[in-house]
Amino acid sequence: MQLTGAEIIIRCLQEEGVEYVFGYPGGAVLNIYDELFKQEKVKHVLVRHEQGAVHAADGYSRSSHKVGVALVTSGPGVTNAVTGIATAHMDSVPLVIISGQVPTHAIGQDAFQECDTVGITRPCVKHNFLVKDVKDIAVTIKKAFYLAASGRPGPVLVDIPKDVTQALAEYSYPKTVSLRSYNPVTKGHAGQIRKAVQLLLEAKRPMVYAGGGVILNNASSQLTRLVRLLGFPCTNTLMGLGAFPGTDPQFTGMLGMHGTYESNMAMQHCDVLLAVGARFDDRVIGNPASFFRSDRRIIHIDIDPSSISKRVKVDVPIVGYVTEVLDEMLKLIESSNIRPDPAALKIWWGEIKEWQRKDCLKYDKKSALIKPQFVVEKLYELTGGDAFITSDVGQHQMWAAQYYKFDKPRRWINSGGLGTMGFGLPAAMGVQLVNPGATVVCVTGEASIQMCIQELSTCKQYHLPIKIVNLNNRYMGMVRQWQEFFYGNRYAESYMDALPDFVKLAEAYGHVGMKIEKPGDVEGALKDALAQKERLVFLDFITDQTENVFPMIAAGKGLTEMILAEEL
Amino acid sequence: MRHILSILVENEAGALSRISGLFSARGYNIESLTVAPTEDPTMSRMTIVTVGSDDVVEQITKQLNKLVEVVKVIDLTDGNHIERELMLVKVRAAGKDRDEMKRLADIFRGNILDVTDKSYTIELTGTGSKLDAFLQAMEPGVILETVRTGASGIGRGERILRI
Ligand SMILES: Cc1cc2nc3c(=O)[nH]c(=O)nc-3n(C[C@H](O)[C@H](O)[C@H](O)COP(=O)(O)OP(=O)(O)OC[C@H]3O[C@@H](n4cnc5c(N)ncnc54)[C@H](O)[C@@H]3O)c2cc1C
Ligand SMILES: Cc1ncc(C[n+]2csc(CCOP(=O)(O)OP(=O)(O)O)c2C)c(N)n1
Ligand SMILES: [Mg+2]
Repeated sequence: MQLTGAEIIIRCLQEEGVEYVFGYPGGAVLNIYDELFKQEKVKHVLVRHEQGAVHAADGYSRSSHKVGVALVTSGPGVTNAVTGIATAHMDSVPLVIISGQVPTHAIGQDAFQECDTVGITRPCVKHNFLVKDVKDIAVTIKKAFYLAASGRPGPVLVDIPKDVTQALAEYSYPKTVSLRSYNPVTKGHAGQIRKAVQLLLEAKRPMVYAGGGVILNNASSQLTRLVRLLGFPCTNTLMGLGAFPGTDPQFTGMLGMHGTYESNMAMQHCDVLLAVGARFDDRVIGNPASFFRSDRRIIHIDIDPSSISKRVKVDVPIVGYVTEVLDEMLKLIESSNIRPDPAALKIWWGEIKEWQRKDCLKYDKKSALIKPQFVVEKLYELTGGDAFITSDVGQHQMWAAQYYKFDKPRRWINSGGLGTMGFGLPAAMGVQLVNPGATVVCVTGEASIQMCIQELSTCKQYHLPIKIVNLNNRYMGMVRQWQEFFYGNRYAESYMDALPDFVKLAEAYGHVGMKIEKPGDVEGALKDALAQKERLVFLDFITDQTENVFPMIAAGKGLTEMILAEEL
Repeated sequence: MRHILSILVENEAGALSRISGLFSARGYNIESLTVAPTEDPTMSRMTIVTVGSDDVVEQITKQLNKLVEVVKVIDLTDGNHIERELMLVKVRAAGKDRDEMKRLADIFRGNILDVTDKSYTIELTGTGSKLDAFLQAMEPGVILETVRTGASGIGRGERILRI
């Protein structure tokens, strides 16, 4: 039977088991919306801005390991979506974005709402397609889902001109696709894995550094088993939080620019480093020249060869899926009776414990002002560490990462690579939709939340009982912190003047608002909010304006050159 | 170091801009780039001459391989290879210079493709440095116009790039 392009698109989405499409209509996608209207299998979530659509699809994916789907119209629909697409790209999140395009005959004519979508998005997608023939829609969508989710995941965009959504074709959805030019190596090289295991077993000062790749690949259980079997210390990147349980005694906290003293010291001083699905980012190792040590051996497991030896030369590269490589490693270690030297490990742990004594995350608990760290600690206690936490970008993001102990993967949802303010609220919508009944909290700042505040309306429409924890310091705190440290206290444009009354704002959107000004009220307010299972509650915490994030490594400095709270 | 990368790529609209976009986005340099379809019409072959340290060229190769439309990449400079470039030069050839110009073209094994009473258009093939040498051998002011294809390369002997 012949179907229109638009019908085919919807059939494909149904075939892929897509539950939700996050989108916004417009001329070029009206045929597709008409088909959405005629069925019930694929539910559409109407956002209030296309950036929100992509972030929501992104949060949906990060918290569930499914591919997120967004639908936007041509021209401004696409350009609004670009920030969301770039955010997902930097953090390797599998998305399929379907965009409308002007009719094929109008392409290149500066037509109404035309833009070169494939050109504009090319540098921030894993791949993109322009479908010019209705016969190609099904196979292209199949390819898009396959590319998005396999290998190193990422967003894939399919641009479809309006006339193609009208044209007729025979429909059949391919069961599988293969591309001769795309064959990610999934199984690690056996010889390299043996070499790595030998290095690990001989290590005297080992360190495990695990990142977003472990989460993306659902490899937490393998990682946890390996680290416990070996008795090694383990750190996670910002993207890797939850990959190894945050409350495990072998966990040394996050590392990097705002990582713990002990993680950064151990990272610098170890003799064997096992990097798993982490990419030696500049916010993690600082200056590569200071990071370099001739007496440290590095093993690096990553699905993407271009992540390996990009910023730091490694000794044992292993290209493959984390799951497959760790399974092999576990097999080798479990079947051998050799174990790392307990005496050496004891000395090494002794050194680490010494570093831990710095207590680098301590803060003033007697302050008369609300300390943002205290709010996150309370949130952690009251949710039993079991909530989904999304975040925006700034100090609040770092405090959430430092003080909420994530024991499970996919619970910490934030924009690490692009650092996109405005991510938190729409991402929380996707998280809540795919985890109905779960506690979803967006930890944000008064500047970030205003970047996608319009989504409060979407939350109302779809009854999403998100809890918004606004750490309101009346500053773009992270910017203010840099200005305090590196620009002689010249606070150029970082004060948030003319803030709205967030309580009234929340109420205007039909939600519950609360303003909390005293430390003594923090716990009660959080309890109250968390008990309101059916309502979105906006908690506006008026926090200490002068609080800074510690430890901190200034840009370009080495890992051990940390600024600690007590040093100021 | 100068490297010559040979790339097999799906013959699809947009593949070329993905590749050139990769170079500009990541700050890699392109000395020359040539591309044309192969005997298999679904594939094109590209030769890119680039300059960079071994680390940079390793990254370039990895990044190219990561592009979905790239089928295969090799660095010809890793082994024995042949490199050729085609140049067309239009030169002033009047009066006593005319014979001299013809002789020079012969020495460099050039072909004269087009003749007017004031000019020759010479075709020359060779390595880049041979073409440079030819241009340098000419007196300044004699050259009216040049066009060069950039290098194409192929491995020597049994070294074959195909899928
Ligand atoms: C304000 C701010 C401050 C920041 N401070 C810090 C900080 O202090 N510490 C910190 O760590 N980060 C910090 N970041 C985040 C930082 O910018 C990077 O986003 C982050 O460090 C990268 O994490 P990652 O190395 O785990 O890599 P990711 O970006 O998560 O990349 C994942 C890696 O795993 C690989 N991979 C993916 N899937 C698989 C698979 N199936 N199998 C194998 N490998 C796979 C990928 O190829 C990639 O190399 C900060 C960000 C912001 C906005
Ligand atoms: C879209 C965007 N614009 C600008 C920035 C730069 N930036 C990083 S943090 C920050 C301030 C965030 O302020 P707020 O949301 O109040 O968080 P706080 O640091 O105060 O906790 C800014 C402007 C960014 N990350 N994203
Ligand atoms: Mg703020």
